[in-house]
Amino acid sequence: MLSRTAENLFWMARYMERAEATARLLTMGQRMAILPGAHHRDEWRSVVRATGALNHFPEGAQVTESDAIAFLMLDLDNPSSIRSSLLKARANAKSARTMLTQDMWEALNEGWRKLDSYDVAEARQQLPALIDWVKTRVMTFRGAAHSGQLRNEGHDFLRAGSALERAQMTLRLLDIKYYVLLPETEVVGGNRDHYQWTSVLYALSGARAFHHVYGGTYTPWQITDFLMLNRLFPRSVAYCYDQLAYRLNRLAGWHDARAACHDTVREMVADLEKLDSGEIFRAGLHETVQSGLMSTNRLGVEIAQAYHFG
Amino acid sequence: MPFHEMFEPDGSIRPCYAEVQNWVERTGIAGLNRRMDEAEAIFRRIGITFAVYGEGGDPERLIPFDLLPRIFTGQEWRVLDKGIRQRARALNAFLHDVYHRGEIVKAGIMPADIIYRNSAYLAEMADFTPPGKVYSHIVGIDIVRTGPTRFEVLEDNCRTPSGVSYMLENREIMTRMFPELFAQGVVAPVDDYPAELLKSLKEVAPPACKGDPVVVVLTPGSLNSAYYEHSFLADLMGVELVEPADLFVDDDRVWMKTTLGPKAVDVIYRRIDDEYIDPLVFRPDSLLGVPGIFNVYRNGGVTLASAPGSGIADDKAVYIYVPEMIRFYLGEQPILDNIQTWQCGKPDECAYVLENLHELVAKEVHGSGGYGMLIGPKSTKDEIAAYADRIRANPGEFIAQPTLDLSTVPTLGPAAVVGRHADFRPYCLVGKQIRLVPGGLTRVALTEGSLVVNSSQGGGVKDTWVLQD
Repeated sequence: MLSRTAENLFWMARYMERAEATARLLTMGQRMAILPGAHHRDEWRSVVRATGALNHFPEGAQVTESDAIAFLMLDLDNPSSIRSSLLKARANAKSARTMLTQDMWEALNEGWRKLDSYDVAEARQQLPALIDWVKTRVMTFRGAAHSGQLRNEGHDFLRAGSALERAQMTLRLLDIKYYVLLPETEVVGGNRDHYQWTSVLYALSGARAFHHVYGGTYTPWQITDFLMLNRLFPRSVAYCYDQLAYRLNRLAGWHDARAACHDTVREMVADLEKLDSGEIFRAGLHETVQSGLMSTNRLGVEIAQAYHFG
Repeated sequence: MPFHEMFEPDGSIRPCYAEVQNWVERTGIAGLNRRMDEAEAIFRRIGITFAVYGEGGDPERLIPFDLLPRIFTGQEWRVLDKGIRQRARALNAFLHDVYHRGEIVKAGIMPADIIYRNSAYLAEMADFTPPGKVYSHIVGIDIVRTGPTRFEVLEDNCRTPSGVSYMLENREIMTRMFPELFAQGVVAPVDDYPAELLKSLKEVAPPACKGDPVVVVLTPGSLNSAYYEHSFLADLMGVELVEPADLFVDDDRVWMKTTLGPKAVDVIYRRIDDEYIDPLVFRPDSLLGVPGIFNVYRNGGVTLASAPGSGIADDKAVYIYVPEMIRFYLGEQPILDNIQTWQCGKPDECAYVLENLHELVAKEVHGSGGYGMLIGPKSTKDEIAAYADRIRANPGEFIAQPTLDLSTVPTLGPAAVVGRHADFRPYCLVGKQIRLVPGGLTRVALTEGSLVVNSSQGGGVKDTWVLQD
């Protein structure tokens, strides 16, 4: 397979995953903003931070719902807005067109300029419908790949891209929660804290799954355990790392060659296996998350080197 | 009255259109128009966007699709088929001749200037013979119909004729929407075109190729207006679609960069222009090309399809001599006629053109896509005078042709079947053998009376049927 094609598949999956994650974040923001005790209005600021793009807003400035929707959904200057992500995913798909099934292409191509026609006021008014639309597009795309794409290396690049992006989003969400949102005056486990932790679960569509695994009570420790370490939940960091290891291993098999990325991912999986939620909190959730983000970034670079991207 | 392909002058239906007429009556015009919207939605969803070569415009634009097929009888097709193959052979023989001994010039049939001072002539190709002596591997010939048995060639396309994806997709859509029309098997299939193309390309593998030739399609990239077609063809042939940056030259071979490391490429169906192929030989400012590729080509390490320099055969000034080429190289009488053409570069013909401009169609020799032309009968006095000044200033750059009584084909209007002018582009494949699928692209002017079928000027496309008898 052409290196450029591999790169396009990898990034196409990342952008699709990113579009969906940002859509979920917007839902989470709205949910947090209407929860009891949400008087600080820091909720939208934290949502923007989760995308790693807070530096677009001046420090200390308030981020309103309109700001967040404009920036995260529509802004073409924001490289990770939903609109940017979908456009880039489509551009990648177009370049790798011969590796996509017709259904995958249609999922990306259907209504690809839909967001062009919205201004902030309209987007705000129709937010739930737009978010559903984005999620449906991404899920259709994923389903098309799942049910129709050849299980050749192209599929492995696609799935590796999506696992990498997903791991990063879950890590960032955990970071916001623990490090940014918790007001100094409030006790960990307080009322507001409780709502915010559940918001994180909702943002990842994991609230019900969480109940099935841990029963009725929410604690930061259990939620962290669930999102970091639980191998049953497909958005947990551990699951995504396993998936990355599996995909990279298959690629090593196709090519009969190993590179730095294969060692790195093995270390990432092994390091995570040594942890439990108690240790994460003792070492500091923020520190754990930051080191996770650093390893995933490094892994992304090493994958590109191994397969001659760019 | 121009020849109408569906109706006899007395209003009765020509027999080859009988089935279509029944279908129109059964479905009703309103019903057909609804299906047309469906067809358009399918085109848009699967992302068939296209702009015919050289026409410019929005690369993501959809070309209007007309539901009513254009039909050739088996007998009509047999004549066209022979004529097209004949022309493709003559054009390739001409290309070999101009890059070698130039016999046609020595014989006094063509003036040397037209060839050797032409910007499409590449001196770098002199004395080199591509594999199989094939220069133009896909010859697209634009044909118009001017009477019940009369077909005339408007233009030859020897470089990268585009639109073949439309031939295939139009058929695909028609069979999807009207399976009953095809169930009887009276329409000859065209869907083996990609397989025939791949065969033809493999047949011209270079001397360095060992084993099964590795074929790729080379595109300038996804922003190109015909990118959809490039990816579509690569997909249907099951070969890689590469961009110039995916290729490099080493050790007298061309390689593509893959996740497994470099892989040798044997045949490149290139959809980029000559001047952008190799910045070391042609345009040094080109960011597109593959440095060194031309040298590998000349040393037999790779085949470029079409050969650089093939454009000399489809130049409008050279077109005039194609019937002579057929006689000279093949010793045969031309089966398809050229349109009568006056060259403004010749003083007496120029005088005639200037005098009769109001009833002629005048064109720039290097123009394309319906731009820069003058349709005399539809122009104002001022427009004609201005165009005449341009011809006087630079006569060698212009040709003129009579306004033809082009046939009209049945086209779906809002309330009735209407007649619209159309042309036809079949795609003739040249490898060790010559191959031609029964069909091609019919382009239709959707405006009443208009003679311009280019998509940039409101033209559409329709399925072309060759009936099997």
